[in-house]
Amino acid sequence: MGLRTFVAGWPVYRQLTGTDPFGRGPAAQSDRSAGLTARTETADRVARSVCPYCAVGCGQRVYVTDGQVTQIEGDPGSPISRGRLCPKGSASRSLVTSPLRQTTVRYRRPYSTEWEDLDLDTALDMITDRILAAREQTWEDVDSDGRPLHRTLGISSLGGATLDNEENYLIKKLFTAMGALQIENQARI
Amino acid sequence: MAEAHPVGFQWVMEAKRRGAKVFHVDPRFTRTSAVADTYLPIRAGTDIALLGGVVRYILDNELDFREYVLAYTNAATIVSEQFADTEDGDGLFSGYDPNTDSYVQTSWQYAGHEQDSGSGHTAKERDGAAGLIHESHGAQVHGQAERDETLQHPRCVYQILRRHFARYTPEMVERVCGIPREKFLELARAWAENSGRDRTGALVYSVGWTQHSVGVQYIRTGAIIQLLLGNMGRPGGGILALRGHASIQGSTDIPTLFNLLPGYLPMPHHADHPTFDDWVDSIRHPGQKGFWGDARAYAASLLKAYWGDAATPENDFCYDHLPRMTGDHGTYQQVLNMIDGKIKGYFLLGQNPAVGSAHGRAQRLGMANLDWLVVRDLFMIESATFWKNGPEVATGEIVPTECRTEVFFLPAASHVEKEGTFTQTQRLLQWREKAVEPPGDARSELWFFYHLGRRLRERLAGSPHRRDRALLDLAWDYPTHGPHDEPSAEAVLREINGYDVSTGRPLSSFTEAKDDGSTAVGCWIYSGVYADGVNQAARRRSRHEQDWVAAEWGWAWPANRRILYNRASADPQGRPWSERKKYVWWDPQAGEWTGHDVPDFERTKPPTYRPPQGASGPAALAGDDPFIMQADGKGWLYAPSGVLDGPLPTHYEPAESPMRNPLYGQQANPTRKVYAHPVNSVNPSPPQEHSQVFPYVFTVSRLTEHHTAGAMSRTVRPLAELQPEMFVEVSPELAAETGLTHLGWAHLISGRAVIEAKVLVTDRLTPLRVDGRIIHQLWLPYHFGYEGLVTGDSANDLFGITLDPNVLIQESKVGTCDVRPGRRPTGPVLRDLVEDYRRRAGIVPGERPPTVTTPVLRPAGRSDDGPREKGADHA
Ligand code: SF4
Repeated sequence: MGLRTFVAGWPVYRQLTGTDPFGRGPAAQSDRSAGLTARTETADRVARSVCPYCAVGCGQRVYVTDGQVTQIEGDPGSPISRGRLCPKGSASRSLVTSPLRQTTVRYRRPYSTEWEDLDLDTALDMITDRILAAREQTWEDVDSDGRPLHRTLGISSLGGATLDNEENYLIKKLFTAMGALQIENQARI
Repeated sequence: MAEAHPVGFQWVMEAKRRGAKVFHVDPRFTRTSAVADTYLPIRAGTDIALLGGVVRYILDNELDFREYVLAYTNAATIVSEQFADTEDGDGLFSGYDPNTDSYVQTSWQYAGHEQDSGSGHTAKERDGAAGLIHESHGAQVHGQAERDETLQHPRCVYQILRRHFARYTPEMVERVCGIPREKFLELARAWAENSGRDRTGALVYSVGWTQHSVGVQYIRTGAIIQLLLGNMGRPGGGILALRGHASIQGSTDIPTLFNLLPGYLPMPHHADHPTFDDWVDSIRHPGQKGFWGDARAYAASLLKAYWGDAATPENDFCYDHLPRMTGDHGTYQQVLNMIDGKIKGYFLLGQNPAVGSAHGRAQRLGMANLDWLVVRDLFMIESATFWKNGPEVATGEIVPTECRTEVFFLPAASHVEKEGTFTQTQRLLQWREKAVEPPGDARSELWFFYHLGRRLRERLAGSPHRRDRALLDLAWDYPTHGPHDEPSAEAVLREINGYDVSTGRPLSSFTEAKDDGSTAVGCWIYSGVYADGVNQAARRRSRHEQDWVAAEWGWAWPANRRILYNRASADPQGRPWSERKKYVWWDPQAGEWTGHDVPDFERTKPPTYRPPQGASGPAALAGDDPFIMQADGKGWLYAPSGVLDGPLPTHYEPAESPMRNPLYGQQANPTRKVYAHPVNSVNPSPPQEHSQVFPYVFTVSRLTEHHTAGAMSRTVRPLAELQPEMFVEVSPELAAETGLTHLGWAHLISGRAVIEAKVLVTDRLTPLRVDGRIIHQLWLPYHFGYEGLVTGDSANDLFGITLDPNVLIQESKVGTCDVRPGRRPTGPVLRDLVEDYRRRAGIVPGERPPTVTTPVLRPAGRSDDGPREKGADHA
C-alpha cells in the first residue's frame, strides 16, 4: 500500500478533501463496506408487490435469490408511497421469513391437551365431512310460511380483510352456494 | 395518522410544507400531534358535539359555499311538516318506537313524499346492517321534491340544520368535549377559510371513528361540513377513511359479509324478497333517478357468474339458490350463538377474534363450544390456542380435557407467496406478483377454497337433495397450475370483471352488463379492471412518467376514477370553480366532459340537460346533478332515509359514560344495538346509579410498530423488539389520584374483565375539564395477547358488546373502567374481583340496559302531534 492510498484510506482525510464534509456519506465508508454488494443487486428476480399491513397500500419490491426472499424494499415508482415503507412495511421480509411461521397442518382432537400432526389432504377431507354434516344437521329449507330460506346457520366464518379480492370472491361464492350465510370480516369490526 | 398510516402521513407533511395548517383531534397526544400546528385533546366519544359546533359556526356566519350548496345539495329541499327535531324531543326525533328502539321514518321524508319514500320501520334494517348497503348509494326518493331556492322556508333543510345545531355553541363544545373554546374557534375558522372556490379542505379519519355506537353519524357530521364548504367531488377535498387492513376495502366491495353480495347488492331477506323481481326492485326502486336504475343487469350478471349455464332468465338465474336473511346474523350475534351451542363449525381466515374483537372472553368461550374450528393463518394465533393457553384456562372456565372443540390449524401463504389484488383505502386495486412458493403445507385461500369446493361437489355428485343443487350448479371451473394445482387468480379477476357469455370477451365497463343472461359479472363495480383482456390492476407506470393523478398506476373502481362525484369540481354550467382547483369540466367545442380524471358523469350529457317528464334511471339526472348514485342527484345535508338513527347527527353519550348528556335528556343512541345475554353487560351510566364504580374513561388504538391483533407483528422480531410490552398511559394527575407509579404495574377492571399492564405516566394524556368536573382518560394499545414473541393482556377484553345500529360495528373505542395499582389476581379469584365490581355496580346478568332515558313525546304513528315542551334540563 503506497502512502497516498494509505492517507486516502483515512476517513478524516476524505472528509476534508472530498464532497462529504460532514462525514455522513462516502467519506465514512470502510474498505469492508466498499467491498459489499447489496442483496438487491444480486437478486435473481424482483416481484412487484404491495405491503400486507395497513390500507395505505405502499408499493414493494420483493427481491428473490435461490427461491428465497432476501429483501423487501419500497417501490420508488409508487405515486402513493414514493419508495417509503414504515416500520411494519420494512419488517415484512422478517414477516414472511419468520421462524415462527407454521408450515405444517396442526390438529387438536376434542378434549385433547396437545396438538398432533395431520396430513393436509386428510385435513381437507375431514373438513369436507364436517361441512356436509353441519349442513345436514342445521339446514333450513323454508320459513314457517313456506318462503325459501335455503341456508344453514350452523356454519360461521370470519376473515377477509387481509386477503386478496380474488380469494374473497371465491370464499363468498362457495359459502353462498353452501347456504352458509354467516360470513363476516374485519370490516364489521 | 402518523402512528397508524405513517406513509400516508407523508402527504400531510407535504401539504404542511406548502402552507397547510394541520389540526389533530385525539384523546391522546401522539406522533401526529407532535407535528400538527394545533393539537386538541378531546373526550372520547364526543366528536359529534365538536363537528356539530363547526356546522353551527359555518351556518351562523354564513360561511357556506352558497352556490355549491344551492346547486349540489338538498339544502333547499322542503321537509315534511310531520318532522320533529331532537331539539323538540329532548334527544329523540319524531317517529321513535320505544317497543323496538327504532324509528318509523315517515315523518322524516321530503314534503309530499311521506308515504312513498323511505324505508318505513327501521328495526329490520338494523338487523340487516342496512347502512352498509348505502355505502355506494343513497336511499330512495321518488320524483321531484319541493324546493325553496331562497333557503328561507322554515322547513327547508338549510333552516332545519340551523335550528338543529343552534345549541352546539363554542361554549357547549367546551362543556361536552373539554376543548377550550378558543382552540375550537381556531379549528372552525381555519376549516372554513380553507374552503371555497379557490381552496379545498380534506377530512381524514381512521376507522376507530366507526367503532362507536354513533359511528355512522360521526361520518355524517363530517359529510355535512364538507358539503356546506363545497369540499366534495373536488381535488384536495373529500372525506377520506384510512382503513386498517391491506384489503379491507376490497373485502367490503367483494364482501365476506353476511348482508351483502358483491358490488353492494343486498343479501335477500326471506320476507321482503321472496322473488327475483322483489329483490331487484328493492335495489333499483323503479322510477327513481340514478345509476341504480340498472340494478337488474348487475344482479342478473352476478347470478350468471355464480351459477353459469344453470342460471337462465326462465329460472330467474337461480335466484332461489341464494340463502336468505331473517334477522341479525352479524359476528357478535354469531359469537353469542356459539356460546348457546347453536353453531357447529367456524372458519377463521387471517383473523384473530380472541384478541381483535370486543369482549375477548365471550369470543373465547364461544370458540370453546363448537364442534369444529378451522384456523387459517401464518402463525399460531390466540384464536387457535384458546383451549390450551387462554386466560379462561387459568381461571378454570375452560378445561382442556372438557373442551370439545376440534381444531384444524392450516398454514396460510403470505402476500409474497401468491398473486392477486388488494384494494387499498382509496378504492385502488393493485396486483401483486408472486415472488416465491409458500413453504410446506402453506397454501393460499384461493387454493383452499377452490379445492374445498371441488371436494364438496365431488362428494355431492348425484345428490337428490334440493339443498345441494346450488353447490352442484356452481360455475367452479378455474384453470390451475403448478405443483399444487393453484387456481389462476387472473381467471378469477376476469370473472369479477365480467365477460360476454357467448364470446368470452371481457367487459370494459359495467354499462355493458345485461339483464338477459348474456353477460356474467362477478362484481359490477370492478368491471373494467380486466378491460381489453388486460390486467389493469397490474399497471405500474412510474409516478415520474405520468401526471399527478397517476391514472396508470393500478386501477380504481369505478371505471378507474380517482375522485368520486368529480362533476362537482365544475360549477353548474360545467366550468371549473377556479383555475387553481380545475379538475373535470365540460368542453363545449367537443361536446363532452373532460379533465384530469375520468369524469364521473355521462360523457356527453351537457350541463344544460334537463330530464323529460317521467324519466327514470340515469336519464332522469339533470346536467347539474353531480351525485349520480343518489336518488335525487344531490349531496344530502339531511338524510330523509338510509340512516337509521336520525336524519341529522345528534350528540349522544357513549353507551358507557361517567357523564350525563349535557345536551339532551336522551343519554345514549336510542337505537343502538344491545344484546341482553348473560355473558354480555354494559357498565352503568347516568341516569343509572353506580356509574362511579367505573369512574374512568378508557380508549384504545394502534402503535406504529404493531398491527391489529398482533398476529403479523408480535411474531416478527424487529417489531416485537420495538414494542415489547403491554402498557397503559395515564396522566400524572390520575397516577397521583390512584397511586400508580411510572413503570410499575396497574390492573384495569370493567364489568367484563380485568387486565394488567405496565404503567406509563405521561402528559400525553390530559385530565379534561368537562361540564364542571374533571374527567380522566386512559389509553391502551390493543395489540397484545398470549401468543407470539411478546405477550400481554388484551385491551379488547375490557369491552362489552354494544353496536352502531346502521352497520352493526361495536363500540370499542370508548368504555368505562376502574384502575388500581399492582398486578391483577390470577386463577379463579380473578373472576371474583370482576364479580365484586359487577355486584357493586348493580350489573344483573342478561339484563337490558335502559335505552330510552327521556319521555317519548311523539311516539311513532302519532307524528301529527303538536310541539311539546322540552324535557327537564339535565345539565
Ligand atoms: S408500509 Fe406502513 S404505511 Fe405503508 S402500507 Fe405498509 S403498514 Fe401501511
